Amino acid sequence: MKRFVYADNAATTKISDAVLDSMLPYLKEHYGNPSSIYSIGRDAKIAVENARKQVAEALGCEPREIFFTSGGSEADNWAIKGAAYAQKAKGKTHIITTNFEHHAVLHAVQALEKEGFDVTYLSVDEKGLISPSQVADAIRDDTALVTIMYANNEIGTILPIAEIGKICREKKVLFHTDAVQAVGHVAIDVKEQNIDLLSLSAHKLHGPKGVGALYCRKGVVIRNLIDGGAQERGKRASTENVAGIVGLATAITESTEHLEENAKKMAAMRDRLIGHILKIDRTRLNGDREKRLPGNANFSFEGVEGESLLLMLDLSGVCASSGSACTSGSLDPSHVLLAIGLPHEVAHGSLRLSVSEYNTDEDIEYICSIIDGIIERLRAMSPLWERIVKEGKES
Amino acid sequence: MLYSEKVMEHFSNPRNVGEIEDADGIGEVGNAQCGDIMKMYIQVKDGLITDVKFKTFGCGAAIATSSMATELIKGKPIEDALKLTNKAVIEALDGLPPVKVHCSVLAEQAIKTAIADYYTRQGIDPTPIVGDISDACDACHLH
Repeated sequence: MKRFVYADNAATTKISDAVLDSMLPYLKEHYGNPSSIYSIGRDAKIAVENARKQVAEALGCEPREIFFTSGGSEADNWAIKGAAYAQKAKGKTHIITTNFEHHAVLHAVQALEKEGFDVTYLSVDEKGLISPSQVADAIRDDTALVTIMYANNEIGTILPIAEIGKICREKKVLFHTDAVQAVGHVAIDVKEQNIDLLSLSAHKLHGPKGVGALYCRKGVVIRNLIDGGAQERGKRASTENVAGIVGLATAITESTEHLEENAKKMAAMRDRLIGHILKIDRTRLNGDREKRLPGNANFSFEGVEGESLLLMLDLSGVCASSGSACTSGSLDPSHVLLAIGLPHEVAHGSLRLSVSEYNTDEDIEYICSIIDGIIERLRAMSPLWERIVKEGKES
Repeated sequence: MLYSEKVMEHFSNPRNVGEIEDADGIGEVGNAQCGDIMKMYIQVKDGLITDVKFKTFGCGAAIATSSMATELIKGKPIEDALKLTNKAVIEALDGLPPVKVHCSVLAEQAIKTAIADYYTRQGIDPTPIVGDISDACDACHLH
């Protein structure tokens, strides 16, 4: 029987009941501007400051080190451009990143490159990992910033952030990590891991869209990205998205409190998907098998194109995503899949299934019950598959 | 990006999928690198395309345009099939998102390539009849 299965939690998540309940009062009753002096403004201000404490607690930092933003992309842009401009004043214009970052990081860095910054793009290996020594080797006297994602959004690999943080701290280089996919899913302690700047987003952990945060370690100077009023201690103008900020705080507290049990549940579902799907002929798992997010499974099916696969899944009620060119709106398949060395035609046939703790064993069973037939159907009409099979027989 | 109901209908129930074993003409366009390959088989009798089948590796629009294009030429004289434009395929599908227009170009070219192959097999130079079939990949780079 057809059912609805949401398996695209790396794209966004369903807002939790507790999150929505916590937000509503700040839309309906305490709608005041936190900068205003009267009571409903003060209520809003208190809510924002309590939210800051909650986020700080989840990351292991002080509330004054948390700045609310409009989302992960803004936090990334602010951290990278803000740090780069501040470091440039000290004559440091070299940036280190990887070749499989989210576009919010990659395009921010490329914008700086056009302005004259020198960028080193570390290449990830075929498993979607980098080694701390790659970072150590790339650091120069004029290195302004190292920006490396905590966990990859497409293939789910988790990078050695603590090791990289240690190297950067020893060499006195600023270290930013885009942790949008990791927060709430893996244990993070910014102090222990020597992280200077960290970006996060609410809607990846059952919070609302349009709100995120930047952790900026005390003493780290970054230039403002949004000028205007004196909100966020004069560092980020714009009237606070109070309900969104409260929602973010509820979401991050909820997810960090239940992190272990949720991760265990998600990993079990993920492993079941991997176990089943890898039995399909000429199918591979993208990204390291062990060092990956509990909810991420990413596959490539030879001879199949990703978008038609997604449409077929959608017709059966399953929401997923792909790194094919047709879904990216460009001519090339995902830069992440190319970075791990997949040939174009294999990258076109990728499928990302990302589960959350809201998924059930029945969901997984349902995906497993329909996927074989869909792949078979698409391959039956694929001239590429016909060629692959023929070549396979000949060799 | 939104597909019309017609596109989704042809995607979910594509017409004329398969191969013709003793085809009179076969045309294959596109490449795996770009993510689209269309292969068309035609059977011709007395100047009429009596049967047509296709196999496509590609996105939803690629499959839907292949299906629609085969529908539009089945049972038609070769001259009519040669007049089929990608625009006519798009119209018949109630439109395509702009980034998917190249799929319709691919479908038009697949038909022309199959017809050219038919003429070549007959010992007739196809170029004066079918015209010069530009590289299908050029269509991708137009947008």
